[in-house]
Amino acid sequence: MNRQAYSGVPRWIYALAVLAALVVVLPLFAMVARVNWASFLPLVTSESALSALGLSLRTSVASTVLCIVLGVPLALVLARGRFPLQGLLRSLVLLPLVLPPVVGGIALLYTFGRQGLLGRTLEFLGLQIAFSTTAVVLAQTFVALPFLVVSLEGALRTGGERYEAVAATLGASPGRVFRRVTLPLVLPGLASGAVLSFARSLGEFGATLTFAGSLQGVTRTLPLEIYLQRETDPDAAVALSLVLVAVAVAVVALAYRRPSGGALQTSTQRTTTAAAPGGNVA
Amino acid sequence: MKKGQKLAALLLAFLVAAPLAACGGGQATGNGGGTLTVLAAASLKASFTELAKTFETQHPGTTVTLSFAGSADLAGQINQGAPADVFASADTRNMEKLQEAGLVDGEPQVFATNTLAIAVPPGNTAGIRSFADLSKPGIRLVQCAKQVPCGAAAAAIEQKTGTDLAPVSEENSVTDVLGKVISGEADAGLVYITDVRSAAGQVEGVPFPEAASAVNSYPAAVLSNSRNSADARAFLNLLTSPEGQQVLAAAGFGSGRN
Amino acid sequence: MTFTFEAAVAERGFDVTLTVGPGETVAVMGPNGAGKSTLLSVIAGLLRPDSGRAELSGKALFDFSPGRSTWTPPHQRGTALLAQEPLLFPHLNALENVAFGPRSTGATMQQAKSEAARWLAEVEAQDLHERRPAELSGGQAQRVAVARALAADPALLLLDEPMAALDIHSAPLLRRLLKRVLTDRPAIIITHDVLDALMLADRVVILEKGRISEEGPTREVLERPRSKFAAGLAGLNLIPGNLTARGLETADGQTISGHVEDPSYAGGDLAAVAVFPPSAVSVFLDNAHGSPRNYFEVTITDLEPHGDLIRVRAGGLAADITPAASADLGLVPGLPVHFVVKAMAVAIYRA
Repeated sequence: MNRQAYSGVPRWIYALAVLAALVVVLPLFAMVARVNWASFLPLVTSESALSALGLSLRTSVASTVLCIVLGVPLALVLARGRFPLQGLLRSLVLLPLVLPPVVGGIALLYTFGRQGLLGRTLEFLGLQIAFSTTAVVLAQTFVALPFLVVSLEGALRTGGERYEAVAATLGASPGRVFRRVTLPLVLPGLASGAVLSFARSLGEFGATLTFAGSLQGVTRTLPLEIYLQRETDPDAAVALSLVLVAVAVAVVALAYRRPSGGALQTSTQRTTTAAAPGGNVA
Repeated sequence: MKKGQKLAALLLAFLVAAPLAACGGGQATGNGGGTLTVLAAASLKASFTELAKTFETQHPGTTVTLSFAGSADLAGQINQGAPADVFASADTRNMEKLQEAGLVDGEPQVFATNTLAIAVPPGNTAGIRSFADLSKPGIRLVQCAKQVPCGAAAAAIEQKTGTDLAPVSEENSVTDVLGKVISGEADAGLVYITDVRSAAGQVEGVPFPEAASAVNSYPAAVLSNSRNSADARAFLNLLTSPEGQQVLAAAGFGSGRN
Repeated sequence: MTFTFEAAVAERGFDVTLTVGPGETVAVMGPNGAGKSTLLSVIAGLLRPDSGRAELSGKALFDFSPGRSTWTPPHQRGTALLAQEPLLFPHLNALENVAFGPRSTGATMQQAKSEAARWLAEVEAQDLHERRPAELSGGQAQRVAVARALAADPALLLLDEPMAALDIHSAPLLRRLLKRVLTDRPAIIITHDVLDALMLADRVVILEKGRISEEGPTREVLERPRSKFAAGLAGLNLIPGNLTARGLETADGQTISGHVEDPSYAGGDLAAVAVFPPSAVSVFLDNAHGSPRNYFEVTITDLEPHGDLIRVRAGGLAADITPAASADLGLVPGLPVHFVVKAMAVAIYRA
């Protein structure tokens, strides 16, 4: 509120906080310091780099869309439904958050791979997933979906159920309640979840490498390109890493930007204070 | 000093010390008298594990510490000051890089060679018989990216034979190629003959004569910051000795001296 | 239109039978946790009862009587719910909020908006069309919520303590408004306030522990309460017991004499209550006083201001005395005293 406000944080906490910030910032800084600026532009605009960046952006958009299409219903069912083993399902769905991506890749391989659970069926249908861009999107969706589900389920839980009940008593069918009440109410949560999913998709490496392979223009996304360039051309790897950092920074900034006063940003907060007379209008 | 500050200082010291302590073991073995640290290309794992035991029997009191990774990774680590005595690379390029940086003591010795072979899943369902078969349409070929030694070798053969391969994936390491053949995702993979040997039972090997035109040399050298160069030299000697050559040959490597 | 309802929810110990006549407003009162909100939830279709059946204007809301299983989902019931909090949809402005009901039931955008405008005018919120809920005061928001509920044209309006979250300035305005719109409109209103019951309801139902303990025309219930809760609402003392020839005999054997208002009584035990106002109770430190009087040996639990008097609470009864008398007697919580009530001031009637 103002500079005189009492914060109550012990001074030694600041020392550790600075240390914590350094743990994150220092490596990034060190990397930026190693950028060979003279050759930066040619390196990041090389054919293979642009191809990798383009592929990364395309697949990340696709997997984000897939995350929204599949994640919204899942979050809704987890937040609103009541059924046996719900807790177990939630834990399982969140597993990719803590799973090493390589493990995810192996799991996907044994699902969609040629010898996998669904592989033969897919092959029979003429679909080959492994080594295709589809595999990249699948791998990214696998690791990114929990981010969307977590943030959306959080938003769904902080409010909405009572609005939905009121909407139903006003004559709105479940479909209309979903479209006109539930979705608009959780839009901020959905947006930040989608941005996080996009960011996670963009950074996906392990599962893609294990499951999708690495071929320029088809499956070699930017992280894979960086990994490959590192073998022979560290300068190129550093330059491309910087590009990825820049995109990530932009994405994070987008996700956590301060609400610009729009009603949608404030809607979830309002659910708890809606009844307070003269509540925070700003 | 106040209690809180003392605690903070303690934590800070811990945070700085913890990573150092974690890698302290490696440092000690690298510089100590009775230990020898060998950084070797991943394809050498089986042979070098055996040879390290032989070396330890021959030199009682000396412990050999082995670290396996891609040659480029290892060269990078040495460049960043990783303490080690011997470097065994799967190609000459990475060794040359270290030589240029002045990190190699003396002349590297080529102690083994490796040639490419085609690995196919058991049963060879795609019916691969020759190098030329790899370019048949519908064949799912996986190979190394040309940035890594096994990929460079494949590219050299391609060029010499005028074949145009269309792999579905270009992997970063030969083990990744092998993995995709083992899992049955790929119909064929271009790997080293030693890989086919080590994965016997999981893959079948299809040797091809064109491989002889791109033989990978494995050089080894004593590193200039070695604190145990006597043992390091002895280890190099073991590699080129009949005993060492026999172990390497058993793994599928070609003779070093050619 | 009539509304008939009987339902049981075993888990909550809820078992209620209720009817609402055409144009009738029923106030439901009772202590916290008595099942008032459960009642509205079951009616609105937000909670499924274990058994029972309900019908609104000839349409079954649910029917779980033996051998049947009929369930009408909330949006097809015509039972709009107005809660303690306005719960206006935060992403819609006032007009869009009110238009939500009509739009949901098939009106065109044009029709819904004009309907909404009409109802906003009805609740004196015609100048708030464009406002977002975040820009409304608590009272304004609740008025818009009333308009939204009415615009849905409910066959039965359910109000769950609509005034409870309002400040003392907004409540009277909304109460007047509700009085106007609830006339000739069937409604059930949950309230803690006797004033709401008196002003808005034709009938009051007292709900205690999931069951109806008392019901009747509002005035009658407040004048002649038969339950402790209703007596408390009316500000009266109530002692339950059995009617005997000499008066009312309590569970612990004390006989309370008073005016037996039941000419038809012909002897035999009959559940009854003795009711008297706190103002009729005198407080003494000893028991040396003439008859005919009722004595209660009690220990003071609380003293609290009540208008210009002091309300003395002791043994589940209340007495109103002047501050001077209280000071003279040196009343403090924990002090044993005698509550004395003239028989003339005690009404005894069947429970």
